[in-house]
Amino acid sequence: MSGHLLTVVIFLPLLGVLGLVLAGRQITDAGARWISLLVTLVVFGVSLAVLGRFETADAGYQLVEQASWVPAIGLQYLVGVDGISLWLVLLTTFLFPISVLASWTVTTEIRRYMIAMLVLETAVLGSFLALDLILFFIFFEAMLVPMYLLIGGWGGERRVYAALKFFLYTMAGSAFLLVAIIFLYAKAGGATFDLRTLTDTAATLPVETARWLFLAFFVAFAVKVPVFPLHTWLPDAHTEAPTAGSVLLAAVLLKVGAYGLIRFNMALFPEASKHFATPVMVLAVIGIVYGAVCAIGQRDVKRLVAYSSVSHLGFVVLGLFAFTQQSVSGGVLQMVNHGLATGALFLLVGMIYDRTHTRRLDELGGLASVMPWLLGFFLFAVFASAGLPGLNGFVGEFLVIVGTFAISHWLGAVASIAVVLGAIYLLWSYQRVAYGSVHDEHRGLTDVSAREVAVIVPVLALLLVFGVYPRLLTDSIDPATARVIEHVAPDHATTVVTGVEVADPGGGG
Amino acid sequence: MIALLWHLAQAAPTGPDAPIPTPELVFQPILPELALCAAGILGMLYEAFARRSSRSVHLAIALAGLVAAGVTAIMLWSWTGAPTVLGDAVAVDRFSVVATIVLVLVAAFGCVYAWHESGRAEAVYRGEFYPLLLFATAGMTLIVAANDLIVVFLALEILSLSLYVLTGMGGRRSNEAAMKYFLLGAFSSAFFLYGVAMAYGATTSTKITTIVAALAGQTGSQALALVAMGFLVIGFGFKISAAPFHMWTPDVYQGAPTPVVAYMSAATKVAAFFALIRVLDVALQPLTWDWTPIVYALSVLSVLTGAVLAAAQRDVKRMLAYSAVAHAGFILAGLTSANTTGIRAAMFYLIAYAVMTVGAFGVTMLVATKTDEPSSYDSYDGLAARSPGLAALLTVFLLSLAGIPPTVGFIAKLTVFGAAIAAGNWPLALVCVLASVIAAYAYLRVIVRMYFREPRGAVTDDRAVVPQVAGLVLAVTVVVLGVFPRLLSGIIEQASILRW
Repeated sequence: MSGHLLTVVIFLPLLGVLGLVLAGRQITDAGARWISLLVTLVVFGVSLAVLGRFETADAGYQLVEQASWVPAIGLQYLVGVDGISLWLVLLTTFLFPISVLASWTVTTEIRRYMIAMLVLETAVLGSFLALDLILFFIFFEAMLVPMYLLIGGWGGERRVYAALKFFLYTMAGSAFLLVAIIFLYAKAGGATFDLRTLTDTAATLPVETARWLFLAFFVAFAVKVPVFPLHTWLPDAHTEAPTAGSVLLAAVLLKVGAYGLIRFNMALFPEASKHFATPVMVLAVIGIVYGAVCAIGQRDVKRLVAYSSVSHLGFVVLGLFAFTQQSVSGGVLQMVNHGLATGALFLLVGMIYDRTHTRRLDELGGLASVMPWLLGFFLFAVFASAGLPGLNGFVGEFLVIVGTFAISHWLGAVASIAVVLGAIYLLWSYQRVAYGSVHDEHRGLTDVSAREVAVIVPVLALLLVFGVYPRLLTDSIDPATARVIEHVAPDHATTVVTGVEVADPGGGG
Repeated sequence: MIALLWHLAQAAPTGPDAPIPTPELVFQPILPELALCAAGILGMLYEAFARRSSRSVHLAIALAGLVAAGVTAIMLWSWTGAPTVLGDAVAVDRFSVVATIVLVLVAAFGCVYAWHESGRAEAVYRGEFYPLLLFATAGMTLIVAANDLIVVFLALEILSLSLYVLTGMGGRRSNEAAMKYFLLGAFSSAFFLYGVAMAYGATTSTKITTIVAALAGQTGSQALALVAMGFLVIGFGFKISAAPFHMWTPDVYQGAPTPVVAYMSAATKVAAFFALIRVLDVALQPLTWDWTPIVYALSVLSVLTGAVLAAAQRDVKRMLAYSAVAHAGFILAGLTSANTTGIRAAMFYLIAYAVMTVGAFGVTMLVATKTDEPSSYDSYDGLAARSPGLAALLTVFLLSLAGIPPTVGFIAKLTVFGAAIAAGNWPLALVCVLASVIAAYAYLRVIVRMYFREPRGAVTDDRAVVPQVAGLVLAVTVVVLGVFPRLLSGIIEQASILRW
């Protein structure tokens, strides 16, 4: 079993699904909840074992498992983990039990809901760990169905529209991905979909071909991230999804897109990645500013957080495509940090909605006096998301901006301004929710319950831990990102910004 | 019967006084057809002489015939005799064995569905139903093995005539569908026959293995051969319901009794495509450069027409009909790769499609049985709340039709797109993948209705055990083959070699 640690992590949630399916309709709602919580906790435990066995200094793939699956076309079951995927896997396994616990308030069709959650976990983990392109594509596509069901089945008023939009956008994007994968495979002699082998094949492709393939891959992942202007599905999906759906969508599913960019686009098409770096960075910066400006104009808290995701994910893409050690590491760090911070925000917005049944900013107000603890937690998450030094949001954004400055002052400067915008919309929305006069119908609201404390405190704790001591992450991220930069832009590998030591950005503030 | 057909096919004397040569009669290769016809005749005798025929006895006779056909087909797997028998009229290869087994299985599901449905609407299902279905199957198993264009034509007529009658068995709308099907079908038969005549003119033979030799040696007229190719493709185009020859499909699928649709949507496609593969990849193999552009164009037209129109439907059976057009296009995309890869991809796709479509129509047979418009989308509102089992089954089939992993539909699409791209046709593959996104929308609309809407009024579903078990078997097959496609691709690898 220990030799198949990654397989266990990926497929353990399906065991829970099997249990829930076999239990049939006799199972009580509480039973379904506890089974799911137990399964996701065990998965988290196993993923900690992966962390324990991970060699920090090793930049390559570890714990690789390889088995022939469909020999006729060279399809393999091939999984492995490196410094980049490691933390995304842990983020996923960490947030799933939290999301299950946050879904305690779901009352309709709880068994089906939990089945969708567990299938989703398998699909996400598979996407992060697959090293065979078709295997990755299978998990990538398989994510759509459970998420579609979660949004469409348990979402808000316009849930069906949002779910369909989400599904079709992503599927249309991945259409290009599939054709590009098969094209690459055919060019490689039709023998394998192994990422490591195809990396060598792709290096021999004509420059033009590689650039087209890069674009095909990019579209698929850019929809998922989402990169401006392919982001329009996101506000709808986030707003309409149930709380746990929003959390997972923002914290985990969007990361699959960014992860795809670094894992596949950069590995397979280094020349094209460099060639298109500037336009991609410009799009990223537009996304950063555009997301922030849109967030300022929102009246719905959930929509506001959704647009803030567009802005924050822009930092990730900007960092990845600046190709300096600081920026790429910062981008990966920002993926984890955004997952935690935005996850926390969605959880807290969900808790507020559960009580007030409104997400409109003008119908909220003065809640800090009614629910001091809940709003205290909210303030904490807002600070983390706005990038207050000492909390985790700061580290990633700072590294990205520093790394980008080394490449382009302009892009770095605009991105820095957006940080201020981020502080504006986040603090402003907090102010409107927390202070001012209390609406009469909100006076009797109860503060956080024990379950909600169990949901939110672990996330907030990590916000602080990763903010004070980011080396916990960067020690294992840096070797892997260094390898990526070496692969894509060897001349940048030595670009070190003077005065800034990687992974220790000016202490804890 | 086959021997008689063969005599017709051999009607060209080689000299003024030459006696008609008598071929050596080898019966083993046509035992499946003989078994099916025997069971069909037995069923007709039973219907004629029994005082009150019982649907269960009919089912037993039909299943016995199908089992016999399946067993005799499996025995041909390790056939060591000549590659063609009965004066080269019938080919014996694993290619046709695989097709025969699939056809027999599809027919068995059709019979079981009909047996169940006749419990509800006795009057509609006359005793002739099962014999006709068996005759149609015999025509299909013959067409996939036919090595002579005349035999292809005869088999085509056997299966078509049986299907016309079967289509018309379900009341007024069904009569209308049958009439439409008959008229357009007769039209396509004429095209096909004309193509056969042209082929004869070009190569002085109707035998597939002789035609390929004649064309390869360029002894005949190339122009005639091209015209022949065009007409043959049109003739097949009707049967596989490729656009723009698909006009009959939605009306027939909507009007015909559901068990018939379940059967014919899968079986006709399998039979016609296997025959088309033999004609294109063997008889017209020397003209590959000429027919691939045609197949390419048909593929593009079919996937776009099928997907877009499927997305616009408000009736599940019509939607599945247009999706059948799109799927014909996907299979044609695989065939643009005119080699073993393409043949394998098409075979895999056909078998996968057979499983999905039989399953999907099986569910539509059970939904909202007592309403006037049982297949309208409205009848599917809240199906998951009403009959969660049926909704789950249909979801599996629809996701597979949409090509979402881990279902067999995904692997099938992967293999055909792989074949098309390997042949350099990546623009075609891109069109197909984008069309499958549009088609996915069509399937999702139904899933939305089933899961996210409230049930309307007092609609009841048929929750009988037998058809649900049949559906479950198919759904499990969809997932198992999606996760372990090797189970099927291993067999296909051994069966995709056409000898001549």
